[in-house]
Amino acid sequence: MVKNIICTVCPMGCHITVEGEGSEIASISGFTCPRGEAYGRQEFAHPVRILTTTVRCEGGEQELLPVRSRQPIPKELLMDCMDVLRKTAVHTPVKRCDMVVENICGCGVDIVASGEA
Amino acid sequence: MYEIKCDVAIIGAGPAGLSAAVAAKKEGAEEVLLIERDTSIGGILQQCIHPGFGLTYFKEELTGPEYAGRFGDEALALGTKVLLDSMVLEVVPEENAVYCVNAAYGMTKVCAKSIVLAMGCRERTRAAIQIPGSRPAGIYTAGAAQRLINRQNAMVGREVVILGSGDIGMIMARRMSLEGAHVKAVVEIMDFLAGLTRNKVQCLDDFGIPLKLAHTITRIVGSQRVEGVYVAAVDEHRKPIPETEEYIPCDTLLLSVGLIPENELTCKAAVKMSCITNGPEVNQYMQTSAPCVFACGNVVHVNDLVDNVTVESMRAGACAARYAKGELDHDSRVVNAVPGNHVRYLCPQYICCGGNEDVKLFFRVLAPDSAVTIIARCGDEVIAAKKVKRVSPGEMEHILVPIQKVTGDVTVEIKKEE
Repeated sequence: MVKNIICTVCPMGCHITVEGEGSEIASISGFTCPRGEAYGRQEFAHPVRILTTTVRCEGGEQELLPVRSRQPIPKELLMDCMDVLRKTAVHTPVKRCDMVVENICGCGVDIVASGEA
Repeated sequence: MYEIKCDVAIIGAGPAGLSAAVAAKKEGAEEVLLIERDTSIGGILQQCIHPGFGLTYFKEELTGPEYAGRFGDEALALGTKVLLDSMVLEVVPEENAVYCVNAAYGMTKVCAKSIVLAMGCRERTRAAIQIPGSRPAGIYTAGAAQRLINRQNAMVGREVVILGSGDIGMIMARRMSLEGAHVKAVVEIMDFLAGLTRNKVQCLDDFGIPLKLAHTITRIVGSQRVEGVYVAAVDEHRKPIPETEEYIPCDTLLLSVGLIPENELTCKAAVKMSCITNGPEVNQYMQTSAPCVFACGNVVHVNDLVDNVTVESMRAGACAARYAKGELDHDSRVVNAVPGNHVRYLCPQYICCGGNEDVKLFFRVLAPDSAVTIIARCGDEVIAAKKVKRVSPGEMEHILVPIQKVTGDVTVEIKKEE
């Protein structure tokens, strides 16, 4: 399988071509820096994204609390995570980095507060 | 009238104002006052809950609230005072005064040795681009929709078309998709992307949202609520080609069609403005034509990265603090920074000669290009040059000019490599 990937590491936007099967990479070309190569490999084998959204916030004037995944999570789980977070609420006071959902969807990544309330 | 005295007064507590406050305190200004019209500090970053901030400044990927939070915490820890819920009405450089209204004090006069303008920018609207059709509900600027969804818990629509491929538009395409809306298309009149490539990949491609380059909206349909829009391809003069027109049913139209520096106060203060950036003209100290007034961030020129705003605002804050202490001396010789071939504008527009700090000139190119050399010259002498692989109007460029070599007007141009 061949995947054409546009690198998002920096504004250059290099076009990287990766060939392989599953997570086995046979060849990779088009990157112009080591970070780009790492991105290309990750994106081919297992694309991940940082998820940011809001959850309901009770006890204060602010209706919503912005949250984020502490690390990137598998791209295919984004919508499943959104379903969980849609039903999640926190209570004030909340500080940045406070835990909101531990190990969301069993992917090993935590959802934490990115703002305060 | 209630009066507050301070060394440095900063108008706006967004990323520019907060960074300026931090730098002013660190430079030794005793009383630094932030004047903010919202009920909390952080500015627009409070609603920019997406990641991508701080990649160059902190070398890590932060969300907007996290990025603003770091500077807010630091500014407050350093002893910056904040006047919230306060609308500035007038800046009077001759009086070293800022007049504002505040719910607690009423009309308030802030007397400051120096003033920093950090009001940011606002969005262009439907009126600015004159889309024909009816005037139903369901038409929002992308930033207004972002505030409603991310701060006010109000979903703006279900079937969405976005006009303009600016970063906020693309980020809202992803945000609306995550919240369950169906984004049918992002329509861009130019034949290139207005925003950053990484936003196209992560916000449009990830969600299968089509990007229609060299297309525009020709008409909005709907009486009470938006029912749909007509979209057509445009020719090389950006005029719609009638036979390509197609109808896209939708209930919501988001506009991401550019930002305008918010300069009513600046104009009223009779500070000299640039007709290209629509912001005040500044020298490398971010000082305007009124010596006690400094300016930074999107009020000067619209930035694509907040990291750049921070660096520029720190310079403004530090120089405003030095001015307040009577320590901002410079050579009286002032030269112009002149946009040359393929360069739309330069910021700062003026360079004060002398001193020992080299000057970083920021600029935008007129069109995308690759394998070019950026050249800064004084007359015929090349005083700085650097090769870049790629330039784009959506991404701000810069070149560092050695101050000792500045003997007259500096021209910056783009030269295609042979």
